[in-house]
Formats: sequence, structure tokens, C-alpha cells
Amino acid sequence: MEPVVKVENLSKKFGEFIATNAISFEVNKGEIFGFLGANGAGKTTAMRMLSGLLTPSSGQAFVAGFDVATQAELVKKNIGYMSQKFSLYEDLTIQENIEFYGGIYGLSRQEIKDRSKGIVDKFQLASVKNKLVKTIPLGWKQKLAFALALIHKPKVVFLDEPTGGVDPITRRQFWDLIYEAANDGVTIFITTHYMDEAEYCDRVSIMVDGLIKALGTPSELKKSFDVDSMDAVFQLLARGTANK
Amino acid sequence: MRNIFILVRKEFLQIFRNRQLLPFMTVLPVIQVILLTFAANYEIKNLRLGIWDLDQSTSAQQLIHKFTGAKFFQEKALISNQKKADELLMKDEVDLVLVIPKDFEKAIHSSNNPAIQFQINALNNAKAGIVQNYASAITQDFLNEKRGNSTLLASPKIIPITNYWYNPTLNYKTIMLPGIVAEVMTLIIILICALNVVREREIGTIEQLNVTPLKKHEFILGKLIPFWVIGHFIFWAGIALGKIFFNIPMVGSLGLLELFLAIFLFVPLGIGLFISTAVETQQQALFTSFFFIILFILMCGLFTPVETMPDWAQYINQLNPLKYFVEVNRLILLKGSGLKEIYPFIAKMIIYGIGINLLAIWRFKKTN
Repeated sequence: MEPVVKVENLSKKFGEFIATNAISFEVNKGEIFGFLGANGAGKTTAMRMLSGLLTPSSGQAFVAGFDVATQAELVKKNIGYMSQKFSLYEDLTIQENIEFYGGIYGLSRQEIKDRSKGIVDKFQLASVKNKLVKTIPLGWKQKLAFALALIHKPKVVFLDEPTGGVDPITRRQFWDLIYEAANDGVTIFITTHYMDEAEYCDRVSIMVDGLIKALGTPSELKKSFDVDSMDAVFQLLARGTANK
Repeated sequence: MRNIFILVRKEFLQIFRNRQLLPFMTVLPVIQVILLTFAANYEIKNLRLGIWDLDQSTSAQQLIHKFTGAKFFQEKALISNQKKADELLMKDEVDLVLVIPKDFEKAIHSSNNPAIQFQINALNNAKAGIVQNYASAITQDFLNEKRGNSTLLASPKIIPITNYWYNPTLNYKTIMLPGIVAEVMTLIIILICALNVVREREIGTIEQLNVTPLKKHEFILGKLIPFWVIGHFIFWAGIALGKIFFNIPMVGSLGLLELFLAIFLFVPLGIGLFISTAVETQQQALFTSFFFIILFILMCGLFTPVETMPDWAQYINQLNPLKYFVEVNRLILLKGSGLKEIYPFIAKMIIYGIGINLLAIWRFKKTN
């Protein structure tokens, strides 16, 4: 299978500081790839390079078949992005947000119409679609932000701690949406600090000090570190201690 | 093109929905223009007059009548010694002590020049200057009447007749209003442009737009165009207000004024954009904007003439966009200057606009 994300010896230096140190990995189509690491481990830098926001210092990365260093515009057309901040316009209505982001991604008027109907039907937003985003509950905003990250049918979607600050039930529902998208063939690239979420991923990488220290399925990782939870794996790698 | 249209549409949706910003852009300018136009007035009435008459003659009485008869002075106190005069001046109870010396009447009728003294309260030096002018004028007037033809014939002198061109009645509202409109508009445009971009960064939507195929120049144009339109609205609403309420003259071509405005607006927009790239938060944007706005307003020539500033200040003032606008306003509206006279200003604004916007775009690309 052709990898959708292909990273080879990717590095980023800020002066003397090496934020990302020659990391390599591949992510396949429809895979849910967990990108873990403590704060400051270099996750965000790596993700910013993969989404075309930052130019690599050395190494190469291909996303959806395009080189992030030289074809950033094409990369951006083929990825979706959602951060913890759910960057919706709070003073626009749900419908206006859909039309705005659909328009920015170059969808035709008919496409925007069809997809906004799809989103509204799927999340049962018909009664609130003309309400300002700031008036709807956080859980809905999160789902809407995810739907908007997918509005242009990207090949890869980057989720940067998408479930921060929401309750466990909403989080669980959100993961149902992630599975659904992955089943449709969208590659999911997700960072999280919740170790139960790491268990939901197909494969997980753990970054420590700019390096990828572990990479594999959750069960492989647990087996190789001889612990029974991803939390213990993470503690061992990121903090050098395990609470068994 | 389509992307810019989408951004502009989004911007207007947000602007018209913003309960704080909308009055800031519509009602406040109107209030400011009307209030400032009435308030910024150099005419001073009801000045308080202290009288110290040592002569007690008919002529002295006539002079005092001349003072109190004019609308500018009101008799406040009769004074009989210097101590009292000092006290009233110190306590800020009188603006002027008129001292008429002994033998004042005699001096008038002789060939000697009569001496009288003004003791002026100079707590506010601008006011003191005006008091002196009024008092001298009244006294001169009085002497001319008093000596009448006899002395005039005996010693002919030059009497200048003053004619104030372009504003014959020295109407302050005529001078102030267009300048105030320009000033209020520039202030608002710098502020809303800077605040708006910083706000998008604070809430994270800029980051979101950065991962879309949207180009940086499209984003920037999507920001500048709505405020460019709003600047037009504020300016022409202010000028219309001036025409209706104060009947300000419009001697020159309004089309030419519009041409200047259309180019000028890119300068405050560029300054706002530049400020937004230099700060982190809306609060910082506000304070940085105020720093520049206050300098621009105080040095634009509306409140003190640019020509009286020291050379180095005039040199710095070349960077003050308001200075040009105030001048062009007067040239077109009061004097009726045409393209030939306005052309150098337009050229300067084109250079300034391109310069500041390139700088802002360069910084914007680095920071976002």
C-alpha cells in the first residue's frame, strides 16, 4: 500500500536548538496514527512542517504525494487541520462558517450546498444552523470543526489535541467520528495527551526530545515494554519512570 | 479574486454583527465631529476684567466703557492698589488688569503718547495672547476715536486693512471641521485594522487559514478592502454633516478629494497592519496605535500650525499622514485647488502607502 505520509530524516533547527531531529516514519491510507509526546518534545514542530506551515531544515516529507518543502500549496489543498482551539468564527453562524471554509477551499457553490446539507443532516444541526457559533455547546463546536476540516475531502487530516477540554462521553462520540472518517479512507494524524485515546489508534509514535523513541501498534508497544497500558509506556519513555 | 470576495463578505458579516464596533464606527465619529467642531474654537468671550483707574477722568471712564461694552470683557473688580491686583491675578479671578495711570487724559490731549498698562494673567499662554490682542485693539480704537481727525491730519500714518483670503470671516468651524473629520477617520481606521488582525491571531483563525490554500496577499486584501470602504463612509458622512450643520465651503472638486482619499486610506490601513504584526495582544495593539495616533493628531496642523514647529519636528512630521490630509482638505475645500496643486500630495501618499504596506506585508509573512 502506498503511504499517504512519508517522512525521511526530517529535522528542524531553531538556531542551536534542534526541535525535530531526523525523524522517519510512514502512515498508510485510512490509518489512525497517534503522534504522542510530552510538551516540548517536538510534536507541534513536526506537525507544522507536515502541514506546510514550516519549512524543514533538512530531510524530506511527502504528504498526499507532495513535497512539503517545495509544494506546500498542493499539500494544503489535500489536508485538513483542526486544533484544540476549533478555529471557527464565533460571530458567524454555523451555515456561514460552512460556506466560508468551503469557499476558501475552492468548492463550487453546488458542492458547498450539498456538503453543508450533509453536515447539517449528519449532526442534526438543522434547528441551529443559523445560530452564531458562540451560542452552541462546546461538543457541537468540536464536531462542526471536525466536519469543516473534512469539507474539501482531504486525504489526510491533522488533529492537534482535538479533544482538549471536553467531557469523556463527548470524547467517545468524537472518536466514533474519527473511525467513520478513517473507514472512508481518510488518513488521521492525531496528537493527544489522553492515553486512553492512544489505545484507540492503529499505530502510535512517541517523541522524546526531538526523536521518535517508539513506533508501533499499541499492543506491540505494551508488549515490548512489558507493561499493561499505553500510559505506562508513555511514562517510561517520556519521564523515565513507570507507575506499574 | 473569489477568495478575496469570500473574505470581504465574511468581514462585513462580522462587522455588522459587532455590537461594540459598529457604534464605534458610526455614532462616535458623528459625536466627535460635532463636539470637537464646537469645542475647538479660538474665540474667547467673557474675559474677566480688573480695573485700576488712577486718573478718574472722563477719558478713563470712556476707555473702561469701551472695554466693557465689547462682548469680550466683563467688569469683575475695581482695584485700588498693586497688592489687590496681584492677589486677583494669583487667584485666577481676573484675566486682565487694566491700569490707567494718572494724567491719562492730559496725555491724550497733548502730543505725548498716553501710557496704559495691561497686567495679563498668563496661566494659559494662548489665552493670554488673545487677551493682549483684544486689549490692544480696543485701546487703539479708543485712541483713534479720541484724537479724531486732528491728529490724523497732523501726522499721517499707515493704516493696514486686513483681508483674510479663503476664509474671510475667520470662521473656525470652516477650518476645523474637515480636519477633524480626517483625523477621526484616520484614528478609527488605524485602530480597527490593527485590532481586527490581532484578534484573528488571538482566537486562532489565522492559524486555521494558514493551513488552507489561501494566499497571504489574499488574506491581507480581504482585510484592507472592507476597512477601505468603511473609511470612505466615515469621511463622506462627516463632510456631509459639515455641509448640513456648519455649511462648510466646498470650493474645489469633491472628485479630486475622493481621489486623494482613495489613495490616502492605504496609509492608515498599512500602519494598522504594521502595528498588528509588531504586537501580540489586542491590548498592546491599542496602546501602540494610541502612541502614533496622538502624535499624528497633535502634530497635524489642526491645533498648532506645522510652520511654527522647529525644523527637526517638521522633518519628523513628514511621516505624519494626517498633516497631508489636513492640508489637502483645506486646499481643495477652502481654496479650490486643482489637480496641479494636489498632485505632489497624491504622489507622496502613493509612495508612503506602498512603502508602509510593503513593510507590513513583509513583517506579516514573517510573523504569521
